Amino acid sequence: MTTAVSGQDLADILRQRLPEAVVASDDVAVLVRVDSIVAVCSFLQGNPEQDFKLLNSITSVDYIDHFELVYRITSLDHNASAVLKLRVVGRDEPTVPSVSSVWAGANLQEREVYDLMGIHFSGHPNLKRVFLWEGFQGHPLRRDYLEPPLPYTWPQGG
Amino acid sequence: MALNTQPVTINIGPHHPSTHGVFRMRVTFDGENIQDMEMVVGYLHRGTEKLAEERQYTQVITLTDRLDYVASMTNNQAFVLSCEQLLHMQVPERGMYLRVIAAELQRIASHLIGIGFFLQDLGAFATPVMYCFRERERILDLFEMLCGARVTVSYMRIGGVFADTPDDFWPAYRRLLDDLPNYIDELDRLLSTNEILLIRTKNVAILDPAQAINGSITGPVLRSTGVAWDLRKANPYDVYDRLKFDVPVGAVGDNYDRFAIRLAEIRQSLRMLQQCAIQIEPGPVRATMEMLFRPPPGEAYVPIESPKGELGFYLVSDGSIAPYRCHVRAPSYINLSLLKEMLVGWKLADMIVTFGSIDINMGEVDR
Repeated sequence: MTTAVSGQDLADILRQRLPEAVVASDDVAVLVRVDSIVAVCSFLQGNPEQDFKLLNSITSVDYIDHFELVYRITSLDHNASAVLKLRVVGRDEPTVPSVSSVWAGANLQEREVYDLMGIHFSGHPNLKRVFLWEGFQGHPLRRDYLEPPLPYTWPQGG
Repeated sequence: MALNTQPVTINIGPHHPSTHGVFRMRVTFDGENIQDMEMVVGYLHRGTEKLAEERQYTQVITLTDRLDYVASMTNNQAFVLSCEQLLHMQVPERGMYLRVIAAELQRIASHLIGIGFFLQDLGAFATPVMYCFRERERILDLFEMLCGARVTVSYMRIGGVFADTPDDFWPAYRRLLDDLPNYIDELDRLLSTNEILLIRTKNVAILDPAQAINGSITGPVLRSTGVAWDLRKANPYDVYDRLKFDVPVGAVGDNYDRFAIRLAEIRQSLRMLQQCAIQIEPGPVRATMEMLFRPPPGEAYVPIESPKGELGFYLVSDGSIAPYRCHVRAPSYINLSLLKEMLVGWKLADMIVTFGSIDINMGEVDR
């Protein structure tokens, strides 16, 4: 079975190396400071004791008063998985650093989060909409998104 | 006289027979060589994750059928497993066996589609696809016996499966298990040593293991590079821990390995189906539960090995009847992460083949 590394255990490891990075931790996940996510990810990826080489998924949840980003990572050699979380406040242009420099697989997933949830990733090489068309108003997976009144305005009319 | 040349950007898709749906590529060519590639997706985006937020948990099962529509059973399975983790629920044994039987039959059907259309992309027009469809048809007949539907099955329920098997299921199941190995051998003989196939696919678009892991690649594409990572072995769900099977891996990670690994996995699935037929015992197939339920607040994620790779539903519950958030970790979409790296430097004809070898499904890419 895959060992789910608990948030507390991961927080203890992170505190030794990056003391200011950890905000809080629970059974499932460790909550990381927004500006230290790249350092945390490259440490967890590169350190042979942790060896979290595979980024399973990046997703986000809209809790109205803040957005939560969920990074799910796996070590294939140790058969272990862990969860990192970020909290970002503000609905106008919430921004977090991109981890696509650490994992190439983050590129498409961050574009998806940007497209549907409206979270910007600073340092992303190609941050633009992926499923919806350029010029689409709003980000549909936000809880307060309202469908615009019909008829739609496609760029070329319709 | 020097020839004046310049790169040309060509649009391929979304309506193109080799794009397996509505996938579009904007490719820059230098003559016939690929210099740059940009993928454009979203033509089939239906907002499944948003729709799920407005439906009860049981109603979301029908939405999952429409994600990867050639592997509906495994989509159902991933969703109900996450729901059961959210509810801390036990599933009856026969229900778990029936799920594994359905999922492995679905894996064979999906891999047959993958192989058939891969060869179609290679130029072997229609004949290999029809060979593959002949066998897939028998699997869909079994699904029809199980739940009345052939493609969008909605067979699995939270707590088990929809219903027990009808009387005529098991004889048909045994007949299929007797016939399929010969079918697969026939397909293998027809294809695996074919000279044209070998020349076109060997050592083309090689992916190395470290690069694949860094690009979040999972499933047969990752295993073809030589990494033995299979969630059925690494993190067994349902009854996979009671079944004996091997994890086939490739040697090089080229197009041929991505094709050959699917044939090898079909053989392993058949082994599992044989064991399931012996191990399964009579009993209830579904845990009783109320029609309308409210899971405790919390979150759940159970990854499974779908035919395309790691599939999982990240569910967040706020204690109401509908999921607060339902995110699909879609292997087809994430396996496209390294498409550009795989294509650059190869020729136009290799592009179609390489894209086919990843075996994506647009319903799952766009969601």
